[in-house]
Amino acid sequence: MTLLSILGVLSSAIFSGTSLLYTTLGEIIDQRSGIVNLGLEGVMLVSASAGFAVTAISGNPYLGMLVSVIAGGLMNLILGFLVVSRRANQLASGLALMFFGFGLSAWIGRPYVGAKIRGLPRLPLPGLSNLPVLYSSLFKFDLLIYLVIPVAILVWWLLFRTRWGLGLRAVGENADTAFASGRNPLLIRYQALFAGGLLAGLGAAHLSIAYTMNWTEYMTAGRGFIAVALVIFSKWNPIRAIVGALLFSGAVAFQLLLQSSGIQISPFLLDTIPYILTILVLIIWGGTRKHAAPASLGRVYQGTE
Amino acid sequence: MLTTPPSASQTPPMISMREISKSFPGVVANDRIDFDIFRSEIHALLGENGAGKSTLMKILYGFYRADSGRIFLDGKPVSIQSPNDARALQIGMVFQDFTLIPAFSVAENIALFLPDLSTVVNLRDVSRWIEEMSTRYGLRVNPHAMVNELSIGEQQKVEILKLILSDSRLLILDEPTRVLAPHEVDALFEVLYSMRQDGYAIILITHKIKEVLECADRITVLHNGCVAGSLVRSNASEDKLVEMMFGRKLSGLKTGKKVAREETALPILELHDVYTHGEGAETKLEEIDLKVYPGEIVGIAGVSGNGQRELGDVVLGVIKCVKGTKHLFGKDVTNSSIQKLRRSLVSFIPENPLTMAAAPYLTVLENMAVTKTWHYALRGGLAMDWQAIKTDIENTMERLGFSFSLNIPARSLSGGNLQRMIIVRELTHDPRLIIASYLTRGLDVQSTIAARQALIQARDDGAGVLLISEDLEELFLLSDRLIVLYGGRIVGSFKPDETNFYEVGHLMTGSEVQDAANA
Amino acid sequence: MLPMRDAIKRSGFVRQKTINAVVRYAFMIVLAFLLFGIILWISGKDPIQSYKDIFSSTLGSAYGFSEVIVTMTPLLLTALGVAIPSRIILINVGVEGQLYMGACLATWGALTFGDLPAWILLPLMMLLGMIGGSLWAFVPGYLRATGIVNETITTLLLNSVAPMIVSFFIFGFWHSPMDTNKTPNFSTSARLPTLFNTRIDLSLVLALVLLTVFWFVMKYTRWGLEMKAIGGNPQAARRNGIPVKIYLISVMCIGGAISGLAGMAQVSGFYGVLLANFSRGIGFMGFLISWLAGGSPLGILLTSFVISIIISGGNLLQLTRDLPYAVINVLLAFTLFVVLARPNFLIQRKDA
Repeated sequence: MTLLSILGVLSSAIFSGTSLLYTTLGEIIDQRSGIVNLGLEGVMLVSASAGFAVTAISGNPYLGMLVSVIAGGLMNLILGFLVVSRRANQLASGLALMFFGFGLSAWIGRPYVGAKIRGLPRLPLPGLSNLPVLYSSLFKFDLLIYLVIPVAILVWWLLFRTRWGLGLRAVGENADTAFASGRNPLLIRYQALFAGGLLAGLGAAHLSIAYTMNWTEYMTAGRGFIAVALVIFSKWNPIRAIVGALLFSGAVAFQLLLQSSGIQISPFLLDTIPYILTILVLIIWGGTRKHAAPASLGRVYQGTE
Repeated sequence: MLTTPPSASQTPPMISMREISKSFPGVVANDRIDFDIFRSEIHALLGENGAGKSTLMKILYGFYRADSGRIFLDGKPVSIQSPNDARALQIGMVFQDFTLIPAFSVAENIALFLPDLSTVVNLRDVSRWIEEMSTRYGLRVNPHAMVNELSIGEQQKVEILKLILSDSRLLILDEPTRVLAPHEVDALFEVLYSMRQDGYAIILITHKIKEVLECADRITVLHNGCVAGSLVRSNASEDKLVEMMFGRKLSGLKTGKKVAREETALPILELHDVYTHGEGAETKLEEIDLKVYPGEIVGIAGVSGNGQRELGDVVLGVIKCVKGTKHLFGKDVTNSSIQKLRRSLVSFIPENPLTMAAAPYLTVLENMAVTKTWHYALRGGLAMDWQAIKTDIENTMERLGFSFSLNIPARSLSGGNLQRMIIVRELTHDPRLIIASYLTRGLDVQSTIAARQALIQARDDGAGVLLISEDLEELFLLSDRLIVLYGGRIVGSFKPDETNFYEVGHLMTGSEVQDAANA
Repeated sequence: MLPMRDAIKRSGFVRQKTINAVVRYAFMIVLAFLLFGIILWISGKDPIQSYKDIFSSTLGSAYGFSEVIVTMTPLLLTALGVAIPSRIILINVGVEGQLYMGACLATWGALTFGDLPAWILLPLMMLLGMIGGSLWAFVPGYLRATGIVNETITTLLLNSVAPMIVSFFIFGFWHSPMDTNKTPNFSTSARLPTLFNTRIDLSLVLALVLLTVFWFVMKYTRWGLEMKAIGGNPQAARRNGIPVKIYLISVMCIGGAISGLAGMAQVSGFYGVLLANFSRGIGFMGFLISWLAGGSPLGILLTSFVISIIISGGNLLQLTRDLPYAVINVLLAFTLFVVLARPNFLIQRKDA
């Protein structure tokens, strides 16, 4: 096992973890406002396919990224219409959104299966340019990777240090109280879903435009559900989500590392680790005290007479 | 200690509500109500449960919208469509169930309600303001504490601070003393007096006549959704208010002859040195020794939160004992399941029938069957003997003189009938031990009498009754023996004629007993 | 006299309500088809011809109809796996995982005891499938009953674990010499017998029997009453002496067992082989169906049928209209959206 292979694994963990973290941050915003979005998988697929298609047509990955982000926001607004305006069950609506995403993304992406695109350009880290090419190429990241941690901090700041975030969290804890404080819980939930959708769109954009640079049906392969698990794992906290995403993608990296060093452990079993870890963490919290789930998560806000 | 109330005729009212009506499905909550509140005034809104007090105030606060009627601020008509509108008019309300967010800190909870909160929240500033205000009015709280770590009394302080800091000039307090110990009530009133001094208008929703006479400047009484009268305190007396509240004098209750109990008889229930864990919001019970004999009502007195609910739950087996033993008819049932206790003819009438005893969407008849499913099962459970259930229930209803429909969903019963339903269910099958918690909470006068009568009847038939209540009048009226709980411990045990309200009241609050001991 | 008349009036009322419900749902589905039609039209396909294809291919021929039933069978089972726990307010989002575990254990039985005659092997596989599913449901049920973790979260997380365990066994031990992503074909004695010379297999009968049993238990039995009491108010049920914890665990396990049975039926009946990632959302679809049907047995039957028409019609769109198969999910989702959104003009006013 060489230093190079370890670094290579680390680099790929960063690549695969980035889209996960963006999506998780989006879901944190959703859930902090009291809405579980089980349709993330579908949202990501539509964003990824739309972004990829636009990149393929225009040749401009940044334009693709923009479309991807907007698509994510719009997809979440569909969920918003169902669960906020129509007061539908969140889990069922989320799953319906997931199926919608499966279908719509296949439709959008169909002409672009196998298309070649110019992905998001990779920008070298300033200090690393004098390393051997072999090494420095591993650490030439795209814009979205550089931005992901600042974005996580930004989301934390928005949620915990601004008036908007205070109201949003209040809606997630107790929509009646938020209403009593003069806020409109319905509007806030729409805003949260839209913002969350934008971030999920960023995650999807990174997946299709920067990381894999191709489109295949169901290419998210469960990332949406991993993000939901990560939200719980990180206790609805954007900063903890950074650590969580690192751990989760670290598991993937670890697996690659084992393979490269010839140790035979089924990758499938390693893939289960993040989920089992999350369940164990939940059990440990549950044994000690209530974990920090927003109190009205999943509840329909009925409004008043 | 009191300043003279402003003369209503000279200054115009701050808020006038005129002809306010509001109906909910099946009930008229407010029927053309007129209501005035002046600056620098404590105005009590008095009435029974369900008289329409909370509804009227929620309309003023914009939480409900009135079906008809107008509201004036300083003589000018205003439209209050949402709490937002109300807050803009400097009206604030503390709800009965606090609207604080447990997972937020005190500062965050208050910041949420600040009208001119900056886009970027600086919680340090908020904390400073909280500290300033809390010193001024003697409402000491730690701004950084999480609300779920605060006591009920502290939470109420936060609610009031929240209103003051959010610039409210009119404060509506919905039953603020319900959950407070007497010395906390006094402290609250002190706060209200000094706020009145500073020009605040305060509306106090309550059904406690004593408090009204103690602190209010003016009193408006609601009865069945209508105004029964409005008067200044100097014109009010206890009798007058009672009459306005209930529409007529309370009819007496026959408590019957108390059966002299044989001291040698085997107690139905015996708790010996019981301790519990006190998880979450529960009060920890300690060193509980308690016996209930056949044919007696044992009253459990205590301010809510001092372990009465937990005591009932321990007896029924909802909460486990961590130490000590529980015997039923001499048999050890310390670790028995609820089902087993129920099978041994233990009945439970909880404080809130809708949330703790009934399934609202099942029919009344189905609700009647659920505590005795094993008894009515046919062919090993493949069918239920509905006819037998019906016969049994109708017998009990006849015996108690209750009547309500059996084939409708329980949720369509009125509150009183729901309580009657539970009483009928729990008194069928000749229970030997009845745990009755807050038997008459939320009941109108009629149901109160019926419920008490039913309990006495059961006692006279030889059952043991554990009557848990905060209502001293009720306890003195019904109990053959009275036990006082404070802080999860038994602090006194009396025959009702050996003691008085004063002594029991002091034991319930704990603090003054120590004063007496020191003196 | 009077109660009698009452009863008649009530039953008439109920029938009227059922008819209203059916009419409402029919309208909603029409609305969904209109929406999808617009999308088809925009993308240059002929919506009318496409719908003609869908219906003629599914309801127009005996074969097409039998294919709808084939699609419907596992959905009935997975919906039941959600509906039963839902009656005591357990939210089982984990049918997908329970299905995989059922399929996994059943496959183990098929591969290990393939030589046994069908009359022993099939019941054994069913049992194994049910054990697999209920094991996967036991964990969330137990954690919920003891108040440690909410079952929604755990079932959801376990969903993602199960397919990986299946893949682990397939790729690691069970794969056939030719393909790495599936097991060898099952022996004939490990295959569920088919009916009427179609691909419909015995699991349809199982599903219908289970639906009937579910209906009977809920309507007439002591356990149904106790479940309704728990579902109506768990707090009250506990104080009323119903063993809520035992119900939480065992009903969750029953739901899991039926989902596991669905998995067994998929591998033993439909596929005859265990494929990696074979489900593609049957479990989630079951959740949606149960939810749309309000957990009622008849509702599950009707909803599954309609959904199955859409799903099997999708096959044809792929062939004749040159659309990806997944596109049928859009039509499916539109149907779900419309039902979930309950458009105003289609809802009955709430009774006062």
